[in-house]
Amino acid sequence: MQDEFNLLDMAEVPLHEWPVEQTLDNCIKCNICVTACPVAAVTDKFPGPKYEAPQAGRFRHDMQPTPDASVDYCSGCRVCNEVCPTGVRIAEINARARRQITKDSGIPLRNRLLGRNELLGKIGSYVPRLANFGLQNPLSRSMADMMFGIAKEAPLPTWSTKGTFWDWFKRTRAQRLKSEKKVVYFNGCATMYYEPFIGQAAVAVFEHNGYEVIVPPQKCCGLPMLSNGEFDAASEYHQYNVDHLHDYAAKGYDIIGTSTSCTLTLKEEAPELLHLTDERSHKLSYATWDIFEWLRERHEAGELKTDFRPLNMVLPYHAPCQYRAHRVGKPALDLLELIPGLDVRESTARCCGIAGTYGYKSEKYQIAMDVGAELFDFVKTQGSQVEMTACDSETCRWQLEHGTDLPSRHPIEYLAAAYGLYDLERRALLNE
Amino acid sequence: MQSIQTEVLVIGGGATGTGVMRDLAMRGFKTILVEKRDLSHGTTGRYHGLLHSGGRYAVKDPDAARECIEENLILRRIAPHCIEDTGGFFVVTPWDDPAFGDTFMKGCQETGIPCEEISIAQMLKEEPLLNKEMARCFRVPDGSADSFLTSECNVASAKAYGGQMLNYHEVKRLIKEGDKVVGAVCYDLVNDRDVTIHADLVVNASGAWAGKIAGSIGIDVHIIPGKGTMVAIAHRVLNTVVNRCKMPSDGDIIVPVHTVAIIGTTDVKVEDPDQFAIQPWEVQLMLDEGEKLVPGTKQMRMLRAWAGVRPLYQETSVADTRDVTRAYTLLDHSARDGVDNFITITGGKWTTFRQMAEVVVDRVCEKLNTKRECRTHLEAIPDIQHEPRTAEGYYWLGSRLARTEKNKAYGELACECELVTRAEVEEAITKHEAKTFDDIRRDTRLGMGPCQGGFCSYRATGILHTVRQPSIEETNVALRDFLQERWKGLLPILWGPQLKQERLDELMYLHVMNVDHMPGETASRLGPQMYDKGTVETRPQSAKT
Ligand SMILES: Cc1cc2nc3c(=O)[nH]c(=O)nc-3n(C[C@H](O)[C@H](O)[C@H](O)COP(=O)(O)OP(=O)(O)OC[C@H]3O[C@@H](n4cnc5c(N)ncnc54)[C@H](O)[C@@H]3O)c2cc1C
Ligand code: SF4
Ligand code: SF4
Repeated sequence: MQDEFNLLDMAEVPLHEWPVEQTLDNCIKCNICVTACPVAAVTDKFPGPKYEAPQAGRFRHDMQPTPDASVDYCSGCRVCNEVCPTGVRIAEINARARRQITKDSGIPLRNRLLGRNELLGKIGSYVPRLANFGLQNPLSRSMADMMFGIAKEAPLPTWSTKGTFWDWFKRTRAQRLKSEKKVVYFNGCATMYYEPFIGQAAVAVFEHNGYEVIVPPQKCCGLPMLSNGEFDAASEYHQYNVDHLHDYAAKGYDIIGTSTSCTLTLKEEAPELLHLTDERSHKLSYATWDIFEWLRERHEAGELKTDFRPLNMVLPYHAPCQYRAHRVGKPALDLLELIPGLDVRESTARCCGIAGTYGYKSEKYQIAMDVGAELFDFVKTQGSQVEMTACDSETCRWQLEHGTDLPSRHPIEYLAAAYGLYDLERRALLNE
Repeated sequence: MQSIQTEVLVIGGGATGTGVMRDLAMRGFKTILVEKRDLSHGTTGRYHGLLHSGGRYAVKDPDAARECIEENLILRRIAPHCIEDTGGFFVVTPWDDPAFGDTFMKGCQETGIPCEEISIAQMLKEEPLLNKEMARCFRVPDGSADSFLTSECNVASAKAYGGQMLNYHEVKRLIKEGDKVVGAVCYDLVNDRDVTIHADLVVNASGAWAGKIAGSIGIDVHIIPGKGTMVAIAHRVLNTVVNRCKMPSDGDIIVPVHTVAIIGTTDVKVEDPDQFAIQPWEVQLMLDEGEKLVPGTKQMRMLRAWAGVRPLYQETSVADTRDVTRAYTLLDHSARDGVDNFITITGGKWTTFRQMAEVVVDRVCEKLNTKRECRTHLEAIPDIQHEPRTAEGYYWLGSRLARTEKNKAYGELACECELVTRAEVEEAITKHEAKTFDDIRRDTRLGMGPCQGGFCSYRATGILHTVRQPSIEETNVALRDFLQERWKGLLPILWGPQLKQERLDELMYLHVMNVDHMPGETASRLGPQMYDKGTVETRPQSAKT
């Protein structure tokens, strides 16, 4: 697979579209990324972004054995990309280097498991109660820790005991809104198997605003595999999604997701890391939206209903790291602030620590908790009246709950609640 | 005045001189090598970095081609740790005659250079950034070679056989008694004093400076220095040596050397090997030619430019004892000038240094009436570094990163760009007796990465001061010398990212540290010789090849 990029045109191309490795030449060694990286701040096992990307990058070569090891400790949070004054695409360079490691030394079973979020989801959902017992049971967790290196304390999700998101969507087909205005919903694995109520809240919000929701066949976006270095498998998944979604994209439908990481993968991660420059991937990439990015656009166009009821609560909100790569600011924050009575407190913590599947790994669990301490402390300092927190990304919410002992919700759940459609306590639609 | 006695005195610490030193020592001669600066300070440390397969000369100069391939194979055997086995391509670009490919192939066959034509698809698979419009591509066993390391290893080997090396000893003049050369008067730059070295025989291996040395006793060795300018791209855009498949000319090779890719060179006659400029047209030409091989070159970050001088020997004497079949010049001054015990060796290639040394030492044996066999091609040159090597013993691009990762030495880096640890800098100072930061650089690659000393110079300063404890003034001037030395090669390419880098470096050193006003001299005599200011924008007619 070879980059079709013509370097000659580089001056015309926005920096974020440069071939990843070429950007390492921009580095002026200022160390700003090093001072900002949350992982380098808590462990000596990780030398930091400047060392891993622009520096080590000069010693790497696709056709030679990889000299790397420590780059595995990069969580991929992208704080570095955001602060770098010269546009070095550090996190992406690191992702490719990690991929090279697995190419050389093979992928540990543990990482294969964590990469197969969807498969695990599916298996567990046949016998959710039993699976949940296994996941929450200290004995089996200790065994998983010893045998696979999955940290026994790590905040793994629980399977939905009320069926999958698709089960619900099919079951309620008759009640679903029909409309001229249509959107395509990309639910992602977490909504599918663990948190179907988030999809329900999203559907309710779309329909409340007059949109019919289409849920086409779809697979895992492939991100867990990409971040565990399994590029070939990720490529198959991505291809499936391109096959099933690109017709909608071609027709001009917006493809919207509630998981900031899935949408990022469709938009950018997969095409970029897998070097996909074909028309279909490109179309899909441009049609994909994060749900709050999309809702904010509607609001700015004056199309969003604002018949919100007050939600009287103090709400610490943490924007997930993926928003950095979306380059859309903090759209959920913009909309939550429209809800009367809601006292949103914006977290400026760099990262919750979990970074996808990073914090599940035994050797990284403590690092993830240390990174997250900044966020957990922030929540604590908001006072005892805080009952819940908010974050757009599923693994971050689970980590937040683990680190603060407070329940955490997706912003779409608050929005649905403010529309009077959703019960925040029970995590269920009101009319059901 | 201090006086030393030896059997053979070798002048010049480049590839040739260190090669001669090793060969002499191995054949049991008591040997001293003097070098006016540090090892590889001359052309050897400013060359293109190519271990020739001979392909470049296969058509134009078959004798040189044969020498290159012979030595290429020998060096791969005796000094793989000084070589990266990159392989080489000869490519026919849209600007070249495709038929030359056949001439080239034939030339390689006749001179014994292994050569195969490969498909453009295969070429692009190995080197995706190469111009997709190439017509043909040939593979030859070119390589990339570390000349600093080779000189160091040669000297280490010679020392093990009893040889002695004196750097920062500049030959002021030869000493002639009757019709014999009996030694040389040297100036010891570090201790600011003269040293006389008496020898039974003197080998002048001072490259482009050979005429100056011979001239000190009135012998006319007419050498015209030919300057060659090179530009380094800040990272390895290529991992294979890429040559244009045509008659050799300017800017037609890109060599990947360690972490950079070097475009070169020009060939311009200059008056003085110590005084010349890097002209804007030369830099422009390198970029233009580089662009033909790797589209986008002009947009990339240039790290640095530098120039080396080739010694072009012009025979003036009738009694020419030069071995005309060779691509180098060996002058035995007894037959040529009636002055005995004095030999000059100059020209050639880095690649052929061992063979040149062998020929010289054979002549030394003859003159000193003894018969001792050369063994430099049989015995491996010891590796003085502690880096991982490939199964064949070569170094590879990732060696240093692999070592840093294995030792978890990332917290110990003095030079972050080239991954040089504090311990290595200390070793350069204590064990290898570095006199200047530039010596540490040649020893370790400190300061050779994109920031060009920005973040390592002050660290190295601290280390030097702690280890050697000179006066504060001395430490300061050593730092200033090094900053000046790095600046030297940056001026010709100061635009884009490298300009940003230099602005940051300037803010750090001049504004924050106030380096210009710290106590001590502004510059020392061990400091760099700067290039003249480049003023010529367009290529002069006379410089066209
Ligand atoms: C631009 C350029 C690119 C080249 N590229 C390649 C290449 O890619 N591959 C290749 O094989 N060859 C290459 N060559 C040729 C190769 O670099 C030289 O042939 C080789 O380095 C010469 O080594 P040397 O030891 O003879 O000379 P030098 O390295 O110049 O050594 C002479 C030494 O003598 C010292 N000296 C001078 N005067 C005195 C004095 N008075 N007292 C004491 N010491 C003194 C100098 O400081 C110097 O260190 C290149 C040459 C040039 C100019
Ligand atoms: S992505 Fe995050 S963890 Fe990785 S180097 Fe950047 S800031 Fe550090
Ligand atoms: S912030 Fe950017 S420019 Fe600065 S050191 Fe890091 S990668 Fe280099």
